[in-house]
Formats: sequence, C-alpha cells, structure tokens
Amino acid sequence: MNKGSKLAMGIAAISLLLVGCGKATSSTSSKESSAALSGKVTAVGSTALQPLAAKAGSNFTAKNSKVNLTVQGGGSGTGLSQVQAGAVSIGDSDIFAEEKDGIKADKLTDHKVAVVGMAPVVNKDTGIKNLKMAQLKQIFTGKITNWKEVGGKDEKIVIINRAQGSGTRATFENAVLKGTDAVKSQEQDSNGAVQKIVATTPGAVSYLAFSYFTNKLQAVSIDNVTPTDNNVETNKWKIWSYEHMYTKGTPDKATTAFLKYMDSKTVQDSLVKDMGYISIHDMKVTKDAKGVVTQN
Amino acid sequence: MEQTNFQLKKQDTQSQEWSKRLHHATRATREDWIGRGISYLCIGVIILVVASMLWFITSKGIATFTQNHVSLWKFLSGTDWSPSQGKIGALPMIVGSFAVTFAAAIVATPFAVGTAIFMTEISPNKGRKFLQPVIELLVGIPSVVYGFIGLAVVVPFMRHLVGGSGFGIISATFVLFVMVLPTITSMTVDSLRAVPRYYKEASLALGATRWQTVSKVILRSATPGILTAVIFGMARAFGEALAVQMVIGNAAVMPKDLISAASTLTSQLTTGIGDTIDGTLPNNALWSLALILLLMSLFFNALVRVIAKRGQLKHER
Repeated sequence: MNKGSKLAMGIAAISLLLVGCGKATSSTSSKESSAALSGKVTAVGSTALQPLAAKAGSNFTAKNSKVNLTVQGGGSGTGLSQVQAGAVSIGDSDIFAEEKDGIKADKLTDHKVAVVGMAPVVNKDTGIKNLKMAQLKQIFTGKITNWKEVGGKDEKIVIINRAQGSGTRATFENAVLKGTDAVKSQEQDSNGAVQKIVATTPGAVSYLAFSYFTNKLQAVSIDNVTPTDNNVETNKWKIWSYEHMYTKGTPDKATTAFLKYMDSKTVQDSLVKDMGYISIHDMKVTKDAKGVVTQN
Repeated sequence: MEQTNFQLKKQDTQSQEWSKRLHHATRATREDWIGRGISYLCIGVIILVVASMLWFITSKGIATFTQNHVSLWKFLSGTDWSPSQGKIGALPMIVGSFAVTFAAAIVATPFAVGTAIFMTEISPNKGRKFLQPVIELLVGIPSVVYGFIGLAVVVPFMRHLVGGSGFGIISATFVLFVMVLPTITSMTVDSLRAVPRYYKEASLALGATRWQTVSKVILRSATPGILTAVIFGMARAFGEALAVQMVIGNAAVMPKDLISAASTLTSQLTTGIGDTIDGTLPNNALWSLALILLLMSLFFNALVRVIAKRGQLKHER
C-alpha cells in the first residue's frame, strides 16, 4: 500500500517533469516580502461548490496577487481524501466528513461557507407540481412506477440518480429515503447531466441543486412547501446541505485568510447569492453531522 | 645528433598522436554513444512508466480481495453493485461492457469491410480521394463529441423508435459503431492492399468474375488481417468511457434487454471515482474494475498477435 502510493508519486513526478517543466519557476518568486500575503492554496473537491470557490478565489487573488490559489473539482470524496492525505490545503465537500467512510473527521476542521438547497425535479410532461414526502419516497424506492398513481399523466417513471457517494445524492437520500435503499436505476455523475436528461426525457425524475433549475424542467414542491431559499433558511424545506471547506491541522496564513474571506460580508452577501447559493449568515437553523436541526 | 634526436622525438609524438586517435573514440563514435544513450534512456523511462502503471493498477486492484476479503468469484459473478453497502458484484458491468463491444463490432464489420472493398477493389481512386479523408476525420473527432451527439440525437431517436428512456445498450452500440468504424475500415484496407497481386491476377486469368475474385480470393486471404482489424475495433469499444457513459444510462443492473439503462466497466469508473475515498472498499472495487479492463486489453493484444502469426504462416504456404 505504502509502496503503491510512493510509486504513484513517482509516476506523478515523471508526468510533471514531462508536462510542466515551465511551472516550477513561477512559485519561487512569490516568497520575497513578508508583509504581503503569499503562498500557495489549493482547494479540491465538490463540483457543487467549485463555481463559487473559483469565483471567490479569483476575487481573492486580485487583491492578494502573491497568493497562488487553485480551485479544482473532482468530487467531494476526492476533496476529503486529498485534504486528509495532506495533499491539498482545502478539501471541498457537500457532506460532513463524519458521513464518509474512511475519513477521520476529528483530524479535520470544518468551515461551512454556504448552503445549498436541493429539490426533486421532473420532466414537464408528467404534470406533477407537488408530491407528498411519502410518495416521493415510494417513487425512489421503486414502489410507485407510474405517474398516474400520484396524480400525473399515465406515463412510466424514469428515475435518474446521481452516482453512489455523490454529496447531492447523500443529502437527498438522508432527507427523503431515511435509511431505505433507493431502487437501482440510471446514475449520472453531474448536476449538469441530470439537468439536461430530465429536461429531455419524458417521465424522468431526479433531484438538483436550486441553482440548476431552468424553465425546461419542473421543480416539485413537497407537502405544498415550495423549494425556495427562504424555506431552506427556516428548515421548512428539509432537503439542503452545507458546503464545507475542510482543512487539516493548522492551516497556513494564506489559507486562513482565504477562509476568512469566504466568510466575509463581501462574499456571503453578494457573491454567494448571485451564484445561486444561500448565505451561511442567513440561516436560522443549524444542522449537525447526524442531521439534527436546532434553532439558532 | 641534435637533429636526429629531434626527428625521433617528432616521430614519437606523431605516433603517440596516432595511437591516441586510434585508441580513442572519434567524434562520430561518441555521437553514436550519445544517441544510443538517449534512446536507451527514453526506452527506460517508458518501460518504467508502463511497468509502474501495471504494478500500481494490479496492486490497487487486488486490494479488494486481499484487504477487504471479498472472494474473487463473488466479485465476478455477483449481480448487486452497491459498493457503499459493501456489495460489489461486478457481473452487470462485465456483461454490459462485452455486450456493447460485441454488438458494435458485429454492426460495424460489414460496413467496414464493404467500404474497404470499395476503396481497394471497386474504385481505388475515389476511395483515396474522398473516403480516406472522411475516415481519417472520423478517427480525429474527440469521444466527448461523439457522446454529445449520442445524447442529443441518438438517445431521443431510440426513444421514439423503440420506446423506453432511450438510454441503453442499443444507443451505446450505435455510438460505438461510428467510433470503431474508421479503425476497422482503415485496417481492413491495409490488409486488402497487402494481398499479393498475383493472387488476383491468377484468379482473373482462371476466368473468375470480379466478385468471385473479391469474395473467394481476396477476402479469404485477407481474413487474418480483417480479424485483427475487428479485434482492434473491439479493444477501442471496450475501453471507450466518455461517449458510452453519456448514452448508456449507468444503471448497475443486469441488462435485461437492449433498450433499458445498463452500465459498463468504464462508465462505472468515470462516474464513481470522484466520490470514493482512497483505501476504502468502494475505491478498491473501482480499481478492481480497472484491473479487469487492463487484463482485457492485454488479452485483445495477445489475440491480435496470435492471429497475425497464423496469418503469416498461411501466406507463406
């Protein structure tokens, strides 16, 4: 195992040598002055958080030109395992580190930077606008297979799931299925793919983050509660999760400054909202890793 | 006395210089050494990279069996793929991969052979002028583009034609058919061109028609080459990830029919790898899928070699 990872590093080193000889020189020049903030920050992980992190990151480096900040996707699992291994400074994740097998959550520090609401979405021709929570559960566990059983058109239900281990799927299943297994079905690996497929496939149902809603698909209310930011903030809408930035040990100055910037009013009050997320400052409730919600 | 001494000395230095020249490498030789050194270094690096990749994938891939103690048989024959709950039956993906591969090869081969015959026997001029560039263009199109066309055109088309969601083995077959067609065609063309001219001449001289010559002589003697072409096409289809993943639907269930969502080894790998943690069972299980892919491509390569060898023997006889 240990040998294996060493070899992997070797391969990576070779490929770096082959590909990016030019890169090595640039980072050395930024270590000169001690007054200005400098260093290298790498944030890797959740694709749901990636657009926000990337935008905030570029705004941050515009002010602190000596900081070399990189934001990458790869998935929540990648983010958590990379930050645990110490390979990156920040691991982006849609889910609590406690929820992921193989991650030692007590070694990591959680920084919640935003909230994302998620809602079931259906193809428009199903004629569904509202579902009961119990019905939704029956659909995703395969007990209801035709839309007419829940008041829609006579049409077969096509379930589109996210990949196993996806943060969005975990959030949805925690809130809706509560421990029962989803029926085996199509799996897509990104919000974008789900958005496109639900919009074009008759009878399709899936779940998406609010920011991916379009007028080509129908977001479904649950028990007559509409999926809006306000309802998430009060926990009337139950399907939501934090966007986490995890760090390990004591982060360096540049990383700390970036995390502080993420929590600042400049980011939370404008950028977060502009990009379709919900500000962490607006939340009237707190959810812990076990899913227990308390009023602030 | 002085003079002769001097001459002797001069002669001595001259002969020393000569022996120096003759005993030491010339510039050309040194260049030769350097060139050889560079080639060996490059080969060494490549061998190192290949060997470490093989070793890395193998060691990661068998961790499922050595660390997580899943039995190999259960992995290969199980039909329940829920890695997060510890169930890793890979049979649905193995069946899915083979199904799309064989289906694509079966559909593509007649078209490829037909095109190749046209390009070599029926109309070599037009073939070279028009079809060659078209086929080369098809090879150059990135697989994500094929996948996107598949998602935007093939999937809705299949939905209207056969019903269901449109995602499934049949859509994947259709996309892969277009992707492996150029590979099979261009290699078939090469093997048809390699058929000795006198075979054709002898056949025509014996009074055979053109069709008889093509079907009974040329195709027959090019069979090993065509089989090699088909296997190369299959190897490409087996390893294709992105385009297949976009149209097959990625449902880790045993494929019941051609029109419901299924998954392949590659599609499961690309969807799952970002959400798993190093060293856990879900991650190791994906590495095991990668190991199967690696072994299969080694198998395809070995098969090509065997066929090529037998083909050579046949020609010499």
